[in-house]
Order: sequence, then structure tokens, then C-alpha cells
Amino acid sequence: MSHSSDLARAASAPASPVVTATGHRGLDREEALIFELDAEGRSGVDLPEPPPVTPRLGGLARRRPIGLPGLAEPQVVRHYVRLSRRNYAIDLGLYPLGSCTMKHNPRLNEKLARLPGFADLHPLQPEETTQGALRLMHELTHWLTTLCGMPGVALTPAAGAQGELCGLLCIRAALRAGGDQRQVVLVADSAHGTNPATAAMAGYRVEAVPANARGRVDLQALKARLGPDVAAMMLTNPNTCGLFEDEIAEAAAAVHAAGAFVYCDGANFNALVGRVRPGDLGIDCMHLNLHKTFSTPHGGGGPGSGPVMLAAALAPYAPLPFLLREGERLRLVERREGEAAASFGRMKAFHGQMGMFIRALAYMLSHGGDGLKQVAEDAVLTANYVLARVGDVLSPSFPGPCMHECLFDDRFLKGTGVTTLDFAKALIDEGFHPMTMYFPLVVHGALLIEPTETESLDSLEEFIAALRHLAAEATAGRAERFTGAPHLAPRRRLDETAAARKPVLRWRPPDRPRAAE
Amino acid sequence: MRYLPLTPRDRAHMLRAIGVPSIDALYDGVPAAARRREALPLPAHQGEIEVERHLAELAACNLGAGRAAFFLGAGAYRHHVPAAVDHLIQRSEFLTSYTPYQPEISQGTLQYLFEFQTQVALLTGMEVANASLYDGATATSEAVLMAARLTRRHKAVLSGGLHPHYRDTVATLTDFAGFRATALPADADGGQDLVASLDGDTACLVVQNPDVFGRLHDLEPLAGAAQARGALLVAVVNEPVSLGLVRSPGEMGADIVAAEGQGLGGGLNFGGPHLGLFATRERFVRQMPGRLCGETVDADGRRGYVLTLSTREQHIRREKATSNICTNSGLMALAFTIHLSLLGEAGLRRLAELNHAKAVQLADRLAGLPGVRLANDSFFNEFTLRLGRPAAPLVAALAGRGVLAGVPGSRLWPERADLADLLLVCASECTTAADMTALVDGLKEALR
Amino acid sequence: MSETRFTKDHEWIRLDGTVGTCGITDYAQQQLGDVVFVELPEIGRKVAKGEQTAVVESVKAAAEIYAPVGGEVVATNAAIVDEPAKVNAAAMGDAWFFRLRLADPREFAALMSDAEYQRFVEGLQ
Repeated sequence: MSHSSDLARAASAPASPVVTATGHRGLDREEALIFELDAEGRSGVDLPEPPPVTPRLGGLARRRPIGLPGLAEPQVVRHYVRLSRRNYAIDLGLYPLGSCTMKHNPRLNEKLARLPGFADLHPLQPEETTQGALRLMHELTHWLTTLCGMPGVALTPAAGAQGELCGLLCIRAALRAGGDQRQVVLVADSAHGTNPATAAMAGYRVEAVPANARGRVDLQALKARLGPDVAAMMLTNPNTCGLFEDEIAEAAAAVHAAGAFVYCDGANFNALVGRVRPGDLGIDCMHLNLHKTFSTPHGGGGPGSGPVMLAAALAPYAPLPFLLREGERLRLVERREGEAAASFGRMKAFHGQMGMFIRALAYMLSHGGDGLKQVAEDAVLTANYVLARVGDVLSPSFPGPCMHECLFDDRFLKGTGVTTLDFAKALIDEGFHPMTMYFPLVVHGALLIEPTETESLDSLEEFIAALRHLAAEATAGRAERFTGAPHLAPRRRLDETAAARKPVLRWRPPDRPRAAE
Repeated sequence: MRYLPLTPRDRAHMLRAIGVPSIDALYDGVPAAARRREALPLPAHQGEIEVERHLAELAACNLGAGRAAFFLGAGAYRHHVPAAVDHLIQRSEFLTSYTPYQPEISQGTLQYLFEFQTQVALLTGMEVANASLYDGATATSEAVLMAARLTRRHKAVLSGGLHPHYRDTVATLTDFAGFRATALPADADGGQDLVASLDGDTACLVVQNPDVFGRLHDLEPLAGAAQARGALLVAVVNEPVSLGLVRSPGEMGADIVAAEGQGLGGGLNFGGPHLGLFATRERFVRQMPGRLCGETVDADGRRGYVLTLSTREQHIRREKATSNICTNSGLMALAFTIHLSLLGEAGLRRLAELNHAKAVQLADRLAGLPGVRLANDSFFNEFTLRLGRPAAPLVAALAGRGVLAGVPGSRLWPERADLADLLLVCASECTTAADMTALVDGLKEALR
Repeated sequence: MSETRFTKDHEWIRLDGTVGTCGITDYAQQQLGDVVFVELPEIGRKVAKGEQTAVVESVKAAAEIYAPVGGEVVATNAAIVDEPAKVNAAAMGDAWFFRLRLADPREFAALMSDAEYQRFVEGLQ
């Protein structure tokens, strides 16, 4: 049959890159900028003619056109669908970004967040008309405080970094209330960059505490540095080496004895949820990332939500608004009065990331207390499985077991001419998103892998096979497949140097070139 | 458990491969006192049916805006969002991707961010915009901190027309960062002298337009006065649709624009997530907070996009970063940019005209009620009424009749008894003649 | 003949009378990678030894440049602001950062010699 002979001929021909007239490569289409698809006067909406009125704009009506392009709906839909196909996503495959917890995002949560009773609710409606929303926030509070073993929670922060700021401001307000003007925040060497950036934003001087040879906070160094000028110690547990800070109890006791507070970055709570309560570890303050542990989608960079768990000593200083229960009714306290008299103030408009609260609560109700414990256990199991299965060909930075993520450094690439970056980019050609690279900074050429609990064994095996294959290729001297990688993505490596030297941060019409600076 | 693919058999196999007898062995590092073998006292797992039933019950306890005649604004605006927007932002490749740190497989996100930055720059009349912040209030705080870095001065003057939540957010951050925010008292009747508060240590003057009462301001003389004293003008916009009809802050001389973008593409969502917009002059770009996307080429010379100027950011600069922000409002930025792409120049203008016209009609009808005074002579789609008696009880009474009448002054300025008779009222393209009649009649009766 | 001395932070300084020309070493530019941005001090600024005086950035790193000795900034090299790539091409030569009028010549004498710096760098690798 001609059909099968065509196939046979194609299979025997050497692979050769076909140059297409369009620049598209089959389903992988090039897409113009929206501004390049413009036709004047065209629109993708039909709105009624405005009723005739005398304008009341105080003479401030716009005088010049804005310059927005006009497209009809079919063009707009195609544009964004085409763009979407140039992205990797958790819905396409394993997304092993360490300390990012890229787990499956249940679609039920999307559906529920869009119920008009939640999505179409104004934050300043009379509270009688929003009791369901307040009850949802109250239920979320109950779940989070139970999971963490900490009595207070500030729901407002918009993301993890804002949660960190919220926590440090609670600490600062608590110390201020006691007349204490401590100036220093200690930050573990392996901390996320947000930790020192946040401490600086809260007005503190930042000092690093080194890691010991076991990849944990150096307890002796910490004790030596503690003193009357230290306000808080910020650490991450499990830390960004994927290791549990096993001296946390002693560290916390030392910090408390020095009159300071323990702040925990909760980015890695997925290893502990339902199984270990941070409150039992001596932690005074910790943000949670609802967009990590509790599966609200990352959305290409946000939005997130970063509720902050607070010990009793810090809870009175939480940001506005406070959520209070009065019998059957719930109430928001939006000014410093009564229970909220000591609040450090407001961090953002309105009451927090309600859309994320709904998704996170739906996630918790779906899993239950039993399921969340299983989440932590499976997350730890998958990371240890990857560590066990590739530990002989990559170079684990610390002996196992790990928690929910496993850390490797670049010793296994020594002498191959392949860098951590090259190795990660080659993983793209194998169909996976790379792991976190060059972080944490405490090991050389770090590769940090977090598989999460939503991967099946088959998916893990495929990933492990890809890692083993690439390690073998690198040590066999096939550097060229790495240094040129990725070869099979919508784009090859991009020139970031050129982008930073002469930044082009927006489109400009061709006839109006960029003004010289 | 539907989200967990591992079977008991898989788990046993994996534990063997790891070489430990049980999962407990992997938690050996946890102090004994904190180790739990039992599940916490929380309900057990549930199926979709039960979870959906429970949340639907909670949702049903709320009065959604679509079930009422609706007139609230004050920083959160209800507009019609075309159906295509929500469909497109739910594409898995947008919804479930991470920050585009691997540009080769994130061109979808990066290209829309580049388009978004361009749209925000065009709309605000500024040269460059970032890839979004959390919301308008935090964007305003970041603008104040940036102005302080640029001018090396230590004071911000906040106009009395600034949304009180924005004012308080700025106050929190400046307080702890060690400089002063001088917030002028709420200016319900207009005419506040902003220039008198500027001095040699003022980093910036912060002015909202339209202000929280809905009033429009010519920023040009304010920009001139601030700049003449070595300070910057920070313009705040919390209704992006207004920019379709009102002169842009850039055109009027603003140095930094901090805005809330929720009104385009985003729903009300009970106040979050919303979308912080941030735009400024090109020469200030290295002091900007937040991510920036830039154009470049790949190894084959094809046009592509990357995150750039990252040395400003926390993951590189740590305690010397321009901000601690990491996660932003990516998906809301996508909704914004799709909505704006659908509208286009003509559609946005029409939308803005429609909003203004409805507001003019409504203001005229309400101002005709006995005892009601319109506090502004200029506005876009929101205006302030003086009712001569506390507005909150009237609003509560009207809510019981299916009219969400607006935002009472006491909700925004609880400390100011003299503003308790204010009612902020907003109209939009969604406001029908019947809605207006419901409000006018309801208010008339309640005031009787 | 002018003499060049070095700091542990990988700055160099070449003395000509009472004015020292300062830059970053070849080792430093290699560690940074492609330089994309340089920020220079204002002329007339007085700096102490070890004070942050300039900034140099690559795509993935930012480094502060400290004054190798105390003194007053008398000149800066605008060419490397316009073309940061010059720092990679000629770190020890044309791509100098700033010139200082020394406050105290003894500070210069206390810095590492070329041979001492080479040994210091070898120890880092």
C-alpha cells in the first residue's frame, strides 16, 4: 500500500531540518505581537452607543489617541492560544522546580472560585451580604491554625514575600511595644533571596548565619551571634538543601533565650503538612504559600497568597483587617480598635486574596486531615526515590534521606565541559522543565529537584531515565548536545546579555524609533 | 484520593528502593516531640460532590453583585469581562506554569508580558511599565519607596484624595523603613493645597486621579510644583477604564504611575487577587521594583523575550534589592491584557464613554433628591453624595431590598464622624435604567 | 614607572603621582561573565578605603566595587558606561572605572603586589 511505503520511506530518510516559508514548524507557530495585528477602528467587543450627556470631566478629556491595537475576537483568541502553546506547564508534565512545589492544580477549585457568590462580591459590601465569604475565611483560619499548631493567622498578605514582611513587621511591632529597638535579623545562608530583601524592607540590618558541613544552620555560629541587638532569626524548614533542620528545637530555644523570635519561611511546608506542626518546633511566625502547598495555580508568576501563622505573643500585632466571630455573625475589624488596637496597620487594600482562599480551602476539604498527611509523605517519598535512583550518577550534596526535594551539585560534571545550566537546558529537549539551578548558593552549581506528590511512579521513572541518560551522555563526552541545548524548544537559548545591555521593554511603532537616552 | 497517583504497592516499592522500612524513617530528623503518627483533628477527605456542596452553600450566603442593583467602586470596579478572557486565562499552559525563568519554554508568558508592559505604558502615558505588582495599594507603596531611593529624601506627601487603604499601606511601609509619610486629611470637598506641604526633604507627592471621591485633577501644575522642588509626582489610578477618556498621568507630567488594574479583565473577587500596575520614565528603570520582560534574540537570531534587569531583584541582590517582591499578579495581568486586546482603542474609548455617560445620568437623578448634595463637579464613573445623615444605615437598609447602593464614608474613614454622611456611588456599562431607578427610589424612600 | 597593586575584592589600582587609576581584575571580570551595566561615582565624591564606590553587573550577578584606598574621585570612565562589554575585553587596561586622588599613600603601599595577588587568586581556585 502506498500509505505504508510512504511511511517506510520517511523513516529511512535522514532527519533534516525543513526550512518553511512561513517560519512555522508544524504545530509550533510563530506569532506576531498584538500591536502588529492592528487595524484601526476594529474591536473585539460590541458595546451600545453611550447616551448623550454633557461631559463632567473637568476639562481633562484625553486629547490624543492611546495607540492600542484593534482586533476582532477570533484574532484575539488565536493570538493567545498560539502563545499558550509556547509554554511548559504542570498540566503538560513533571515540573521539578525545587522550593516551588509545582503540583497538580485541581480544576474543582477553579470552578468553585468562580461561583458568582464569591467572584462577583465587592469587598466593601455591607457585611450582612458577605457572611458566606467571611465564613469561608474563618474556616480557612481553622484549617491553617490546626495544621500549624499556632493560634494566630494573618490572611492578608498577597504572596510569600509579603507574608515574610508581615511576619517581620509583627515581630518589630511586638518588640517596639516592649520598648525594644533591636536592629538585626539573622538569615540562614541557604535562605531564599526574599528573606534578606524583606528584612531590609522592614528596616533591619541583615547578617548571614553560615551552614554547617551537614547543610544545616550552624548552631554554634548562631549561638555565638545571638545578642540583645538581634530581633529575629529567619530560617526555612525543611531548608533549601531539602534537609530538615534537625537542631531546630535547640536553635529556637537559644533564639528565645536571647529575647528574639524565630521566623520560618514556609515555602517548603509541603514536606510537613498534616504530619509535623511548626508550632511544635518552637517557631513563632511562618508564612504559608497557598500557591505552593495548597495548590492554587501559579498562573505564570502569580497571583499567590501568603497567610502568616503567628504565636500568641505576635498575634495581637497582625495587620488589618482582623476577622472576629460574634456569636453566629462574623465581622471584619478594619481600624485599630478593640482586639486590633495593637495591629501594625494595613499591608494592602481590602481583605486578602479571596480567590486563593477559596481554592486552598477546597483543596484542604478534598484531602482532609488524612489526605494532607499523605500529601507530605508522598512528597517526601518521591524526592527520596529520585535521590535513591540517580544518586549514583549525579552528585548528591548531602547524604540522604532528604525531605520533599533533593539537592545535587555539579561534581558529576567535572571535566565534561558541561555546566549545570547546560545540563538543565538539555532536560528541556527530553521534554521536562529544568530543576531549580544555582540555588541554594551553599553548594557549587546546584541542581534542586522537587517532584511533588502528584507524580505517578511512571512519570517519576521517565524523569529518572532522562536524568540518568543525560548524566551518561555528559560523562561520555557528548558535550555538544548540552552546550547547544535546547534544540527542540520553541526557542534556542536567548541572548540575555543583549537584553540587559540595551533594554527593549516595550513595543514601539516602527515609524517612532526609541528616543535616544 | 483523587489527586494522589501513588498506590500502596508503588509506595512499598519506592521505600524498598530507598532502603528504609517505612515512611517514618524519612522523618527521623524531626524532634520526637513534634512527630505525629496520627492525622490531625480535621475532617477526612471528601469527593467533589461534598466539597462543591459545602462551598456552594457558603457562596449562597452572599449577595453577589449580579443579583442586586449594584453601585460600589472605591478601588474595586465591576465591569463586564468578555467571555473569551476567562476562557483563555484557563488555558493550562498559562494557568499552571511557573514564573518564566526558562525563556526557551516560556515564550507564551513572556510575550504577553511584553505586550502587557507596552499596553500599560501606553495607557498611563509613561515610557516603561513592569510585569505587575500585587495591587494598587502596594504599587503605591513601592512608588513611594522608589521615589525615596531616586531623590535620597525621606518624606512623602499623600493627598487627601488618596484611597485610605492606599494611604494606610504606604504608612505601614514608610514607618518601618524609617521615613515619614505625611497624609493630608481626607478632602471630601476638594480644594486642598497640596503644594504647601512640599519641602526640601519631600521625595514625592502622591495624588490619585480620579481621587477616592471620584473627582478629577489636573496633575500638570502639581507635577511642575513637585519637580521644581526636586520631588517626584506619583500619580495613582485605581480605575483603569478611566484612562480611556481622561488625560493620562504621563501626559500631565507624572514621574511614576501606580495603579490598580483589576477593572480590566479582573473580577471583584471580594478584594483579591487584584493587579498592581507600575509605570515610570525610562531613566528610572533601574530603580523599579518587580519583574521586567525585554525583547532579545535567540541563538538562531529569532525574536524572543526574557526576564531582564534582574539584578534589581531579590533573588540576585538580596538585601540590596529594589523590592522583596517575587510572586506577582501574572494571571491577572494576562486577563488585563486580553481584555484590553479585545477592546482595542475604539472599544476602550466606547467603554469609558459609556461609563461616564451612565454616571452623569445617575448623578443628575440623585442630586435632584431632596437633602442630597453632589460633592463633586467633575468625575469619571464615580461620585460622592452628601446625604446629611449617616450613610451606613441607609446602605444596610437598601441592601435588604436588593440595592447595593455604594460605599458609605464610615467604611473608609471610620475615624471621621464628619464624613459619615458621604456615599460613594459608581456607575458602569452594566448599570441599567432599572438599576438607577431602584437606587433613586430606594434612597428617596430611605431618606424620607 | 607606575606600579599596580591589588585588593582581595579583586580591584586594582595603578598609581601615577598622587592619583590612582582603579578597575576590576581580569579574574573578576571572568567570574562575573558578560558585563551589562556599570554605575560610576560622582566626581568630587570623597571615599574611604573599602567604601562602596561603583557597581558592576552581569546578567545574573551584581558586584559592588570598593575604593582600594581612601581619596577623592577626580575622574570616571564614561566609555564603560556606554559600552559595558569593554570591561570584559580590557579589564586591566582601557576599562578602568575611576581615578582617586589618594588621601594617604601608605594605604597604597599596604595593598597586594601583582605576585601576591596571583598567589591569592590561585588559592581561590
